[in-house]
Amino acid sequence: MKPASNGKYQALEPPPPLTSSEGLAEANRCLMCWDAPCTRACPTHIDVPRFIKQIATDDLLGSARTILSANILGASCARVCPTEVLCEGACVLHDLHERPIEIGRLQGLATDPVVFGGDPIFVPGPDTGFRIAIVGAGPAGLSCAAELTRLGHSAVILDAADIPGGLNTHGVAEYKMRPDTSLAEVEWVLSHGGELRSGVRVGTDITIDALLEEHDAVFIGTGLARSAPLGIPGEDLAGVEAALDFIANLKARPREEAALEGERVAVIGAGNTAIDAATQSVRLGADKVFLVFRRAPEHMRAYDHEIEKALLDGVELVAQAVPVSITGQGAVGGLTLQRTELGAPGRDGRPAVKALDGTEFHLDVTRVVRATGQVGYHDFYAAVPDVELDGAGRVVVDERFRTGNVRIWAGGDCVNGGKEVVNAVEHGKQAARDIDATLHGVALPSGGD
Amino acid sequence: MADLTANLAGIESPNPFWLASGPPTNTGDQVARAFEAGWGGAVWKTIGEPIENTWSRYSSVDLNGNRMMGLNNIELITDRPLDVNLQEIREVKRRYPGHAVVVSAMVESKREAWHTIVKQIEDTGADGVELNFGCPHGMSERGMGSAIGQVPEYCSQITEWAKEVAETPVIVKLTPNITDIRTASRAAKAGGADAISLINTINSITGVDLDTLTPRPAVGTRSSHGGYCGPAVKPIALNMVAAIAGDPGTAEIPISGIGGVTTWRDAAEFILLGATNVQVCTAVMHYGFRIVEGLIDGLGNYLDGKGLGCVADLRAKSVDQVTDWQHLDLNYIIKAEIDQDKCIGCALCYIACNDGAHQAIGAKRSDEGRTDVWIKYDDCVGCNLCSLVCPVEECITMVEQDTEYRPLTWAEVEDGADPSGLAPRPKHDLTIGG
Ligand SMILES: Cc1cc2nc3c(=O)[nH]c(=O)nc-3n(C[C@H](O)[C@H](O)[C@H](O)COP(=O)(O)OP(=O)(O)OC[C@H]3O[C@@H](n4cnc5c(N)ncnc54)[C@H](O)[C@@H]3O)c2cc1C
Ligand SMILES: Cc1cc2nc3c(=O)[nH]c(=O)nc-3n(C[C@H](O)[C@H](O)[C@H](O)COP(=O)(O)O)c2cc1C
Ligand code: SF4
Ligand code: SF4
Ligand code: SF4
Repeated sequence: MKPASNGKYQALEPPPPLTSSEGLAEANRCLMCWDAPCTRACPTHIDVPRFIKQIATDDLLGSARTILSANILGASCARVCPTEVLCEGACVLHDLHERPIEIGRLQGLATDPVVFGGDPIFVPGPDTGFRIAIVGAGPAGLSCAAELTRLGHSAVILDAADIPGGLNTHGVAEYKMRPDTSLAEVEWVLSHGGELRSGVRVGTDITIDALLEEHDAVFIGTGLARSAPLGIPGEDLAGVEAALDFIANLKARPREEAALEGERVAVIGAGNTAIDAATQSVRLGADKVFLVFRRAPEHMRAYDHEIEKALLDGVELVAQAVPVSITGQGAVGGLTLQRTELGAPGRDGRPAVKALDGTEFHLDVTRVVRATGQVGYHDFYAAVPDVELDGAGRVVVDERFRTGNVRIWAGGDCVNGGKEVVNAVEHGKQAARDIDATLHGVALPSGGD
Repeated sequence: MADLTANLAGIESPNPFWLASGPPTNTGDQVARAFEAGWGGAVWKTIGEPIENTWSRYSSVDLNGNRMMGLNNIELITDRPLDVNLQEIREVKRRYPGHAVVVSAMVESKREAWHTIVKQIEDTGADGVELNFGCPHGMSERGMGSAIGQVPEYCSQITEWAKEVAETPVIVKLTPNITDIRTASRAAKAGGADAISLINTINSITGVDLDTLTPRPAVGTRSSHGGYCGPAVKPIALNMVAAIAGDPGTAEIPISGIGGVTTWRDAAEFILLGATNVQVCTAVMHYGFRIVEGLIDGLGNYLDGKGLGCVADLRAKSVDQVTDWQHLDLNYIIKAEIDQDKCIGCALCYIACNDGAHQAIGAKRSDEGRTDVWIKYDDCVGCNLCSLVCPVEECITMVEQDTEYRPLTWAEVEDGADPSGLAPRPKHDLTIGG
């Protein structure tokens, strides 16, 4: 069961893990489908019926191995994956009008004792002598490092942040996973091998050319940069923040300090990050939380189950509205908006938006959180030879995660424009396999999602 | 509601549900509570010379998270003094005159010993005696229980001894640990048995503790084979009941059916295959006496639904439909059919047929992320497997096919009927690795 979310301070903590008897009962509900739809729907293609059968037969270690060999971050994926739209969404039991198998929580049951118990799950392959540099210790980079280690290569990860894990540590909502869980997992992943250098920003502290010189290949998993400013008056006031900074700050501080009692928060945006910022605000005690977006509710990019959660939390939707200015003396005192009119659908299928003069209205808020979408690290990539970004700021790769530079691979949010942890893990894994094949001079059949 | 009273060889009970001899009938208090709960009769825990039990004595087999699909025990007969048992039997019968109180007994294989115990039992006012020729552990090592049931001559002899003095009906309880149950039932009949009850438990070891390496149930660091019962043994019991009911050598001997009865449906099946009543042990050990309510209600509703006025009307109705294989119609053709509206695309039917049967189901990934499946009618041998594995009720049905071939049995072919009268079978001429 997902946590109930119909009140302040509820479900600030992740749901408790399944007990072994609950797990056994749940595992035994699985039909063990052939060519299972859940496995097909998992971006890392974990053999779900197999790991569930292993739980049912009391082989938790074997189950963990099944999961972790496909997805080294299986323990955090068990917590953060939007299973409703992935494996559990595909479970055939829906068609029987039964609850789908709780694949995510079963996955946690099997992987937690291994990942948070310390023992490595694989022995690194015989040393190949190849060295690979990885830019970014987020899910993509970590997955790539683990797979390279398994294949006998040595991997060095460089991350600009002091604390590794990327958005898995700094981004995902608290009620799904706490940062210390992500960090414990990072430590376990690195216990297999691979070196982490934190606080090193590639492009600034070390050039990409230097990396290419010292390594046989480079994998880039930088994720995406913070959303760009809205470009409206008042954005420099205290209390205006990018959603990622807002969330990262909440997560970095003790709960008492992070509390938002007395605050009225406007979150600008309609994606999953906006929803996370809004629900986090409710859960930290904000008096009122608005979700402000330009189009109609049916055009929201966030998952339905996430939107529902926000509504249950009491978040107020302010649809068809666009911010024109932020008011206040030194700090945010209010937000002025205009109504919008929706036109014909554009190329992405969503209607064009036109702000209407003379429709100004005001929201009484003390915080403005910008969740209008992350963007590519344009400056960083400008310095990477032969690597291109597309119009949306995504790194261009082929189906093997090769960039235009034969020695550079890329994956994760920087490639797909921002999806889930599990997609980044798959990219890192597939890229590592192609790096391995390329360094060994063998071609591989194409993979990836 | 239909009349549920039952009469086994003259022993009457308000319904056909009796407690089998075992832990639930160990004491007068339990039997009295069972009668209050609604049980029609009880067969007292086997009495005789009191024994000492091991402490650890049960173990079980779970299936896919369901507890106690099968139960195993190494318990012996009663460990309570004979006079205490007799006194409690007398008291229970006095308080519940309308209920069947039958007493199971096992003593040394001496004529005097059997004469004495039968007289002592009948002196309590009990309605009948059940001779325990079935206990497969411990007692058999002492020349009793299944050591008797496995030797037809002993079985006849001891039944005869009991009958020499008995004034109430004598029921002989058989062991299934024997090659052909009919040799035992015929021997019991030859000895004068008024009725037969079966099955007792099946020799078993339920498993081994993979940490200590001691088989279960562990008595310290050792174990011993025990007797298996519970839902897992029902098919074996049904077959044995049907074999006796259909045997001209024992025709019409009343049968008390035992083995895995848990629900009214199980009871109905035993009765259809020839039992007059049923006895229950494991299900009560699992859920308590209260289950009798569901047994009574369910069987009554079923009889009503079938328009049958009493339990006896149901008895043995399926016996004639059990025949030897050679008399089955080889031209009764069925094929699997999938209701695509019900199908959830799990592909279990495909993998079962493809790997485990006859390669007669096709499968292809669907656009919805599921698997489309279809029957290859020409290859289907109608084995039923797919319909057994399909998790969706009535999604795969086995449909009888029209055929110009007339019914034909193997016996008829053996007797000279033209084998070209056999409908052609699907051929499995697949290329290896193809
Ligand atoms: C608010 C929010 C909530 C989310 N919630 C979920 C969720 O519930 N479930 C889910 O599955 N996904 C969620 N996601 C998405 C998920 O976090 C990302 O898809 C995933 O983390 C992407 O992994 P990545 O490795 O590609 O990038 P990131 O996680 O962004 O990691 C990139 C790393 O690269 C480092 N880096 C960047 N540039 C440089 C450089 N020049 N030099 C060195 N290091 C650099 C960064 O410091 C960072 O550590 C969420 C995202 C957000 C923003
Ligand atoms: C459909 C079917 C056909 C079988 N045919 C044979 C057979 O031809 N020869 C044989 O020795 N046993 C045969 N068996 C018995 C099995 O080999 C095995 O002894 C028995 O099924 C018990 O094992 P199990 O519980 O794993 O099924 C058959 C079993 C099944 C289910
Ligand atoms: S789809 Fe559901 S039932 Fe089928 S294997 Fe996956 S989890 Fe099990
Ligand atoms: S009935 Fe048997 S042979 Fe026919 S499709 Fe089903 S499993 Fe295959
Ligand atoms: S087993 Fe039943 S539900 Fe599953 S694919 Fe086959 S027909 Fe459909």
